[in-house]
Amino acid sequence: MNTLGTSKPIDQGFAVRKAARPAWAILGERALEILIHLCGFSAIIFVLGIFFFVFKEAFPVLGHKQFSLSQFLFSEQWYPTSEVNKRYGVLAMIVGTFSVTGLAMLIAVPFGLGTAIYLSEFCGSRVRETLKVVIELLAAIPSVVWGFIGLTIMSRLITKYTGAPVGVNVLNGAIILALMSVPIIVSIGEDALKAVPDSYREAGLALGATRWQLVWRVLLPAAKNGLLAAVLLGVGRGVGETMAVLMATGHAVHIPHSIFDSVRTLTANIAAELGEAPANSDHYRVLFLIGVLLFMMTFVVNLTADLIVRGVRRK
Amino acid sequence: MFAETPLVRRKQRQETIAKWIFFSMAASMIVPLILIVGYLFQRAWPSLSLSFLIDVPTHGMTEGGIWPALVGTIYLVVISLAVSAPIGVLAAVYLNEYARDNWFNRLINLAVINLAGVPSIVHALFGLGAFVYAARFGYSIISASLTLAIMTLPVIIASTREALASVPRSFREACWNVGATRWQTIRGVVLPNSISGILTGIILQVSRAAGETAPIMFTGAVFYKAVQKGDLFPYHLQDQCMALSMHLYTLATQVPGVKESIPFATAVVLLGSVLLVNAAAIILRAYLRSRKKW
Amino acid sequence: MTSDTQIAVQDLRLAYGHKEVIHGISFDIQRNEIFGIIGPSQSGKTSLLRCLNRTIDFTPEARVSGVIRVDGEDVRKGRDVFALRRKIGMVAPLPVGLPKSIYDNVAFAPRCAGMTRKSQLDEIVEQCLRQAALWDEVKDRMDSLGTKLSGGQQQRLTIARALSHQPQILCLDEFSIAIDPVTTMRIEDVLKELRKDMTIVLVTNLTQQARRLADRTMFLWDGEIVELGRSDVLFSDHPANRKTYEYVNGIFG
Repeated sequence: MNTLGTSKPIDQGFAVRKAARPAWAILGERALEILIHLCGFSAIIFVLGIFFFVFKEAFPVLGHKQFSLSQFLFSEQWYPTSEVNKRYGVLAMIVGTFSVTGLAMLIAVPFGLGTAIYLSEFCGSRVRETLKVVIELLAAIPSVVWGFIGLTIMSRLITKYTGAPVGVNVLNGAIILALMSVPIIVSIGEDALKAVPDSYREAGLALGATRWQLVWRVLLPAAKNGLLAAVLLGVGRGVGETMAVLMATGHAVHIPHSIFDSVRTLTANIAAELGEAPANSDHYRVLFLIGVLLFMMTFVVNLTADLIVRGVRRK
Repeated sequence: MFAETPLVRRKQRQETIAKWIFFSMAASMIVPLILIVGYLFQRAWPSLSLSFLIDVPTHGMTEGGIWPALVGTIYLVVISLAVSAPIGVLAAVYLNEYARDNWFNRLINLAVINLAGVPSIVHALFGLGAFVYAARFGYSIISASLTLAIMTLPVIIASTREALASVPRSFREACWNVGATRWQTIRGVVLPNSISGILTGIILQVSRAAGETAPIMFTGAVFYKAVQKGDLFPYHLQDQCMALSMHLYTLATQVPGVKESIPFATAVVLLGSVLLVNAAAIILRAYLRSRKKW
Repeated sequence: MTSDTQIAVQDLRLAYGHKEVIHGISFDIQRNEIFGIIGPSQSGKTSLLRCLNRTIDFTPEARVSGVIRVDGEDVRKGRDVFALRRKIGMVAPLPVGLPKSIYDNVAFAPRCAGMTRKSQLDEIVEQCLRQAALWDEVKDRMDSLGTKLSGGQQQRLTIARALSHQPQILCLDEFSIAIDPVTTMRIEDVLKELRKDMTIVLVTNLTQQARRLADRTMFLWDGEIVELGRSDVLFSDHPANRKTYEYVNGIFG
């Protein structure tokens, strides 16, 4: 026996050095790695593809003599099916989108940030885990179910308690949208608050601050980038939401004068009219053009938010 | 030594008030939700039964059950995830394990973020232009499933990346040091130890694929299709199909005179399945986390 | 450079981005010797090892110039970088048990190389665990997770893994910082046995360890060779360079 306690001399046969991988394994690995690279590139292809195909269907209408881009963007007259006076102005819908999303954010941001603050600073860990699960389930509710809730429950509540003539309006859409956006605001907001180093909290407490003062004077300013990103992502969700607002905001394509007016958002309009527009007609193409507009709007909002979020999460 | 001065008492009061304000903000999101779900259930109750699930709609959809829609949704979910899960996982493997930090890969990252933010109606337009017309699949299950696949892809990529990134770099370095190739490292250490996160991410997309309406409304889902009660395979790939989400929309907006409990019951079935699947994923995640190997 | 030279380094330069960390060093390592490398932290010792087995490739901002020849072949021009990495066993400072069974930890490298026969794998696993002085402690629980072993056991597992692909050169990068002195002594005995079959490159911060084990030692300071020579000279009271004496005796550390 040698000093290592083995009964054989240390192996001189170099068996591993002679081992070789079978050719099929090497080739198979190569092929798999090519597939992996292709899948990696696919994301670009799909995004470009979306833009391409949507733009392709919309493009022909841009060349029409009667079609004017400025009228499209700035006129509130939307008469796509009129015989004598075809007009394709989407201003009313743009206002619709922003009024519903804007009001939704006015509701969702305070409640969402408040919940994020509660989760991050005030509650015990058992409550936090439960609350987080509940919020995650809230986020999973399909938009058509939300729309259904808006159409049935919320509209009854609104007509009953506010005396509005019709229950499907800006307010209805905004409340539903707020409930839909809260989870994302809470989730990113909580991440932003957690990213603030504990040393800030400790310093504040050492100076005798209450937790409220800590939150208001120290944490919120420190986390403001992440909180801004949270709000932006909520806005992006709101602008892009289709089914819920389709069912909850009504059918009127006009600029709303109060939150009790029915309204139509860009997304809902496409969904409502696409089925009726004959393929390749002007109406059809303009609907695709609205799609291009939406694509660009949500791209800008989400990109900005993500640039800010990646800075926060990396900490 | 630390006597309670009026200042201290005021601070404590402030603290308690703040705590209760924030708590009530959180609660005000949750409580209405519970009330709403309760109300949905109550209204749906008369129609909720096993036969509701298995029966087909009758009398112009004012009566009967939701079987074709239920089966249709299952078809759409299974096919769309069968496409997006493999591509998404491999794309995430590329991004996390192979991609170097150069302009091209930053562009890919940008593309994934952009894809994730596309509104569902724009997905519908894309599906219409690309699958229904350009690829000539027509209005069909295949068009609708592919549209849903593109929609779920970016989130699967993101959640898979997170799972892969949770495997410490030191494990990979240990593998490289003994002469393992990149793929041998991935297969030997990275994938087996991130599979739980990957699976959870995929399961969570099941509920999203089941719940979306707009992307399938214009690519392959229809109001009504004649289907045999209880038939497990009523559709071919090139057929159009009914789907739960679409069915709810139809019943709520296009079918006058339907017994009130039927759309509510449809909503409850859809909501219930979605919440059940998500809850299962959350439980799976918690269980696998407790069995951590390092 | 003689036929006994296993590793020949010529004018090696390494920069991370704009910061050069190794400034054009040249040296040889002979077959079957224990070659010590000492020097304070950040002097480029670990980076040097990573250039040797080309794991520096995984650091995108690293720029390497100069030539490293192993058995006469330029490491950067070889056909198969994986075969090179199998030729060189690497033991990192911090113990890393892979999240697999102990058996699979040690069998991992042979399997990657293409070995599949269970009898061969069993033999290699036992042999390597014996060489790493770990066999007796784990032979009854070969299925337990590598990550659940103690720090000292994981470091010996790392050594077993480094031996499992039968390297001709074994590099140990401060292998003893996370393990106790008794285990360190056992492994030092192992290294003395192993040198009959392989060349050993021992990077260490513990000058005593280099003095005990190394035939020749190189003192690396800030990316440059201060002195290279026989250990009995380097660690004596009259090394070739005053700086060496000061460092070894902790005059500035």
